[in-house]
Amino acid sequence: MKKFFFDLKEGIIISLKAIRANKMRAVLTTLGIIIGIVAVTTMSTAIVGLREAFLSSLSSLGSDVLYVDKFEWFGSKDWRKYRNRKDITYDQYVKLREMLSPGSYEAMAPNKRTFGKTVKYKQRSVQATLIYGTTEEFIKTSGAIPEKGRFMNELEVKAGRRVCIIGQDIANNLFPNTDPLNKYVRINNVPLKVIGVLEKQGSAFFGSFSMDGQVIMPLKVFERLFGQRRGRMLIDIKVADVNKMDDVKEEVISVMRTIRKVPPGKPNDFAVNRQDVFTEIYDKTVGVVALAGIVITALSLFVGAIGIMNIMFVSVTERTKEIGIRKAIGARTWSILLQFLSESAIICMIGGIIGLIISFPLSLIIDRFLPTAMPLDIVALSLLISALVGIISGFLPAYKASKLNPVEALRYE
Amino acid sequence: MSNIIKLENIAKIYEVGAEKVHALKDVSLTINENEYVAIMGPSGSGKSTLMNIIGCLDTPTKGTYIFTGVNVSDMDDNELAEIRNKEIGFVFQTFNLLPRSNALHNVELPLIYAGIPKTERREKAIQALKSVGLEDRIYHKPNELSGGQRQRVAIARALVTNPSIILADEPTGNLDSKTGEDIMALFNDLHLKGHTIILVTHEEYIAEHAERIIRLRDGLIERDEPVTQRIIPNHTLNEG
Ligand SMILES: Nc1ncnc2c1ncn2[C@@H]1O[C@H](COP(=O)(O)OP(=O)(O)OP(=O)(O)O)[C@@H](O)[C@H]1O
Ligand SMILES: [Mg+2]
Repeated sequence: MKKFFFDLKEGIIISLKAIRANKMRAVLTTLGIIIGIVAVTTMSTAIVGLREAFLSSLSSLGSDVLYVDKFEWFGSKDWRKYRNRKDITYDQYVKLREMLSPGSYEAMAPNKRTFGKTVKYKQRSVQATLIYGTTEEFIKTSGAIPEKGRFMNELEVKAGRRVCIIGQDIANNLFPNTDPLNKYVRINNVPLKVIGVLEKQGSAFFGSFSMDGQVIMPLKVFERLFGQRRGRMLIDIKVADVNKMDDVKEEVISVMRTIRKVPPGKPNDFAVNRQDVFTEIYDKTVGVVALAGIVITALSLFVGAIGIMNIMFVSVTERTKEIGIRKAIGARTWSILLQFLSESAIICMIGGIIGLIISFPLSLIIDRFLPTAMPLDIVALSLLISALVGIISGFLPAYKASKLNPVEALRYE
Repeated sequence: MSNIIKLENIAKIYEVGAEKVHALKDVSLTINENEYVAIMGPSGSGKSTLMNIIGCLDTPTKGTYIFTGVNVSDMDDNELAEIRNKEIGFVFQTFNLLPRSNALHNVELPLIYAGIPKTERREKAIQALKSVGLEDRIYHKPNELSGGQRQRVAIARALVTNPSIILADEPTGNLDSKTGEDIMALFNDLHLKGHTIILVTHEEYIAEHAERIIRLRDGLIERDEPVTQRIIPNHTLNEG
């Protein structure tokens, strides 16, 4: 054991000397490794970042919320089958609320949405990205928390009062210098009192629209403004216990079947959706990208490994005499093997470090678009991979060196 | 006196293509502890081959080799490496130092492979370099040393493990006669200190420093006789 460490130390010392004597060669040799490491690190940084961005954009959908909808999200492509489904109605919501076991959900909010309506205040106007008509419980199912003012209450919802809660962007655009609370904004020429401003949420779905451009109002007001038929109804159900998500989903399905009078044996004419279908679809898509990344990385590491093997054979041949000397004074097979293995491992790790140095600024660039930094475990993994490549590709040359006949090695000129 | 080297009917055959080269045909000899032996013979007579077998660098094709009472003829590579490390010190005609390492590291090397801890290793290596008169050159690399100094580093390296025998293959071959003298004086000192020394040379004058001369011809021992008029170097070592 002691000998092993002496051998290893001697191997490392001598490797460093040899590498220093051939700096340029070592660096050129590791080009493949460098490219490989740059590929792994930037790829994985980008993938991790994409996922994070995606998840944060999904944050408008709660992970503990079931979405009862006429349609399945990411369902079958056969649109005709679903087209004739009956809408989900407010009555169905009321019945569902009655029939579902009380402890199973924390909040339930029917809601309708519409896009691209203009909101006005005096001379100013702005496009609302998303307008919701819903109930007071939407605050719990959507997590849309007012930063200023308050959310609408049960009374306002029941009575259909003309109140609304607006997102940050709308507040900033319409009320650059004044407090929006208790002012009246106009949508379709109907005045609505601003009772709350939502906290900043950021953009959803890769900035395709800003969650800060939304307006929330009582469902009745929504229907009065845009007509009964505008927007299909969803029922958002926040479950009481995330771990019982599946059970609640089953119960919702069976209750909804009763409510909608689906005959036994027939398929559901509605769907209970969850946020994680998005995640699944996303992971599938990104999985393909990641696979491509792995293939590219593996390929460049393979090319790198061949390069290392080649240069190590050269190194062994060049140092045949040295190997002879070492053997003559008592180096065992193992000592020589270790010496050349440490040389190729060190060369590869230098490549790995250079790769990391190159990919660090790249990851900073990625960082400007995606919320991520180079993960530390990727750094460790890269170094491990490069050392491994070094050991694997250095093995054959090192083995050859260790098996050299000492007499012949000494005669080598 | 106990013998440390016992060769019985040693033969070494090299196969070069279809041809067989009989480098050693049938060599038997014994060498005792603290003997000082020179091996002579014309070029190609098998001196280096014999030396390599004695030094466990090479194994004979036929015959048995008993070294310090142990049969080494059928040992494996690592066992032979261990013997070379502990029991044998080599000195070569071309010095064979590691070019990128300084004198100290070159001398330390056998101790590293022996697994001697650092401080003890340093101490021994410096001691060995002192004994060859190079204490003020320990951090010099081989290319910063003269030929004679390089050979003395090589001798220090051979000595440092306190081996049973020191084998020198034409140690003065690459040196001028004055420097060669110094090296021979050093060997004489080592002999007086009790080391067993075997050296290959084709210079009669060098061989006469030894106590006994073994003459090879065509892979056979032609003559094996003591030196009647030994040359004793009259000067001890000084810096040169
Ligand atoms: N590796 C080898 N392969 C083939 N033949 C060899 C090998 N080594 C030595 N020989 C042959 O064996 C014979 C003896 O060689 P050796 O080196 O022992 O001679 P030597 O006495 O040391 O000569 P010199 O004084 O020139 O050094 C020579 O004929 C040489 O050609
Ligand atoms: Mg020779």
